[in-house]
Amino acid sequence: MDRRRSAAIEVLIDIALLFLLVVVAVAVVRMRDLFASVMLFAIYSLLSAGLFAVLDAGDVALTEAAVGAGISTLLVLAVLTVARRDETIVPGNNWPALIVVVVTGAALIWATLDLPEFGAPDNPVHTHVAPYYIEQAYPDMGVPNMVAAVLASYRSIDTIGEAFVILTAGLAVWALLSVRPQRRRKLPPEGKDAR
Amino acid sequence: MREHGILRVVARFLIPLIMLFGLYIQFHGDYSPGGGFQAGVVFAAAWILFVLIYGLEDALKVIPERAMFVLMLLGVLIYAAVGIAGVLLGGHFLDFYPLLPGKHAAQQFGIITVELGVGLTVATVMMLVFTQFARRRELLALAEDEAD
Repeated sequence: MDRRRSAAIEVLIDIALLFLLVVVAVAVVRMRDLFASVMLFAIYSLLSAGLFAVLDAGDVALTEAAVGAGISTLLVLAVLTVARRDETIVPGNNWPALIVVVVTGAALIWATLDLPEFGAPDNPVHTHVAPYYIEQAYPDMGVPNMVAAVLASYRSIDTIGEAFVILTAGLAVWALLSVRPQRRRKLPPEGKDAR
Repeated sequence: MREHGILRVVARFLIPLIMLFGLYIQFHGDYSPGGGFQAGVVFAAAWILFVLIYGLEDALKVIPERAMFVLMLLGVLIYAAVGIAGVLLGGHFLDFYPLLPGKHAAQQFGIITVELGVGLTVATVMMLVFTQFARRRELLALAEDEAD
């Protein structure tokens, strides 16, 4: 297949994935059943993982699939077993929230006009430390996966920080949840059968 | 869900494969996408599938809570130990070059070891968090019974 045709197919895949992302996002917002929302979020993560895979970002795609679609879905489901399954419906419209969302969204779209052209070789991201990593990662480390070389060696101190963050988070969850519950706030009846 | 025959058989077939895939991501992370974080998460997911099918008590017989604590601390300690070993051998903190004579060998040894530490911590923290939430449900039910 020639280059132009494969590029066109890639654009089609991108458009399809982005369209599905928007559909799933709207469905998540409209969904009142939290169990279904969790499932839709998992689908959203899986679609983003597909997008990252199209962009050749294998490590990010794998992380999104394993963490976003996999474990966080499981953990949120575990949370749902001790919480209510239906979202509480708040009557009326929250106009200030709508205004904040619209203004922020418009500002973000406006900001994209200032972004350098996608993939241009003189973008700041390509002229900073990236060329050093691309040229030196293999000679320095002998590790073919540049991402692993950057994460585990060049930026090892960042990664030890992340490991400590995860450890701290685990200990915090343990500290909060291992306390025996004394009394329970009475749930409204529909929350109770939903468990 | 132990009574669902199909789920049980499929899980019995899938869990070892998921764990094997987790180990592959862990130890092949230098060559293909992967690394400790993803591997730990995949490994924990396999364990959580085991919990969902066979129940928490059986799963805690395989990896008790105390073991999770030890392993999650061991993970960060392995990572920190590699860093301090670099200092003791005359380099900077988390400098892998002094660890082994060859330049590439030293880096690869360092990268694989710290990723192993990250994988251990991530996997056991995820297991611990899931265990705590699964426990919580039983504790809340108990508290509710006492309140009635």
